[in-house]
Amino acid sequence: MFMEIEAIAPVIREFLARNFLFSDQGFGYADDASLLGEGIIDSLGIIELVAFVEKQFGIAVRDQELLPGNFDSVSKLSAFVHGKFTDAG
Amino acid sequence: MLVQECLTLSAARLPEKTALVCGDQRFTYRELDAMSDRLGHALVRDGVTRGDRVALHLPNSLEAVVGLFAALKAGACFVFVNPSTRPDKLKYILNNCRARALLAPGRAWSGELRDLPRDCPSLRCGVRCGPDGPNPPPDLASFQAIQAEGPVAPLPRVNIDLDLACLVYTSGSTGEPKGVMCDHDNVQFASAAIMTYLGSREDDIVLCALPLSFDYGLYQLLMTFRAGGTLVLERGFTFPALILQRIQEERVTGFPGVPTLFAMLLRMDRSGFDLDSLRYLTNTAAALGPAQILALRAAFPRATLFSMYGLTETKRTLYLPPDQLEARPGSVGIAIPGTEVWIEDEAGQRLGPGATGELVVRGRHVMRGYWEAPEATALRFRPGPIPGERLCYSGDLFRMDADGYFYFISRRDDIIKSRGEKVAPREVENALQLLPGVSAAVIGVPDPMEGQAIKAFIVAHGAPVTEAQVRAHCRATLEDFMVPKYIAFLDELPLTSSGKVSKLGLR
Repeated sequence: MFMEIEAIAPVIREFLARNFLFSDQGFGYADDASLLGEGIIDSLGIIELVAFVEKQFGIAVRDQELLPGNFDSVSKLSAFVHGKFTDAG
Repeated sequence: MLVQECLTLSAARLPEKTALVCGDQRFTYRELDAMSDRLGHALVRDGVTRGDRVALHLPNSLEAVVGLFAALKAGACFVFVNPSTRPDKLKYILNNCRARALLAPGRAWSGELRDLPRDCPSLRCGVRCGPDGPNPPPDLASFQAIQAEGPVAPLPRVNIDLDLACLVYTSGSTGEPKGVMCDHDNVQFASAAIMTYLGSREDDIVLCALPLSFDYGLYQLLMTFRAGGTLVLERGFTFPALILQRIQEERVTGFPGVPTLFAMLLRMDRSGFDLDSLRYLTNTAAALGPAQILALRAAFPRATLFSMYGLTETKRTLYLPPDQLEARPGSVGIAIPGTEVWIEDEAGQRLGPGATGELVVRGRHVMRGYWEAPEATALRFRPGPIPGERLCYSGDLFRMDADGYFYFISRRDDIIKSRGEKVAPREVENALQLLPGVSAAVIGVPDPMEGQAIKAFIVAHGAPVTEAQVRAHCRATLEDFMVPKYIAFLDELPLTSSGKVSKLGLR
């Protein structure tokens, strides 16, 4: 599976909006907003988010990759997922 | 000795030493001492006086550390509130202790806390910490602006060690949180006893990922500063790989954890990390299983592992000397130095080896009771053999072996221990029953990662509700750690013959 980085972010935004903000009005935060810092998700939420990206994008997240630099904002997570495609390709 | 002397005495002795590492920021003892003097003066200027309560609704951060010492220097008693606590419960706590001042994130003051001062008449002073949200309330001071003020003199000492240093709110089985009153002497005595058996040293570097609102996290700060060491303060353990990275980068020597955190670390591939700097690990809040103890010792062969037990009402109560770990892996040990414990049956008779009874605690770490809750206080804190002294009746059932080592059997109440936090089923049930037409029963179920996971059984009497609605409602009303992991729907709740909900058959 390969997706352009521009196509990845909207999928993540929608997941966050639907599952954590309980909103059908979209995500409403900047893509570089800290998911934990803004209280958008908590530590259990991160586990749900990991499960979601693994399934949705068909990637495997290793424990060592579970870092704020990869998961703490929409833009970081999009870049991380994109990097996975590039590594695999 | 007053609690703030953890900071001031080390600042006098080791002014240029790094005391605190928060993310990529580092602060010396001298800087923290000066920052807390500035904030302390600002609190006094805004009307905080001796004995007032100053609440800190902050994540682990520079502002939380400085805020705690500033409150003490102003002569006040600090009250940490978990940063994930929702506004309604925060209001309950602030009104319960009649807080005079509240330190909270600037973003929260612009958002969910904007109307708070209206509902909390005792509040005279608020401080905005960290980045502001839109339209920050102009009448509140900002932490940053206070710190931009010039040098200030240290505040005069106004307390003695019988004054309260902090209230630590804890969940009770009634579901209403109660504030455990800790005086300066209680805190300093407990810190010194724990430091004695850990062998705390000036060259210790302690990593704390536990919230400062949890007394286990709070004492990491107090003990590390008292020893003149360095505290690496993390926001939480959401990213276990980050913790391993920090241990490696900062050459951490002391690492306090809870079973959930250790389970996460044991599951990970740690081969890329150099963790040899670790001198000790501590565990409390829930027991480690014998298999987990073996796995931890194999994973961290250079580190000494301390298994411990405590309750907020006495801070720490028992610890297992590490040389006993092999012989008694299921034990949480003996009384901490300078204190004593025994077990009693319901008639108040002391029991010998092998018998099961309630653990009773005697020592200067037995706190001063619950804030303005005389009935609950009388139940937990009872007179001792010498007039005027208090014993703590733990409410937990224990057994002692022939050599005097103690083993935890069970709690007397139905409190759930999940991710190291105490959760009262009643509090979660009360929240769930705010959903129209819903009745609910909440239990803890065994969980390899969380110790106990929270499971809610829901009966919808009116319109049907979905799991997503229940979850959304819980996220909006409860702290993170209280949100049920499992939700099951039933047609009706099982009842006892007297018509009360029977949880015995629920799994």
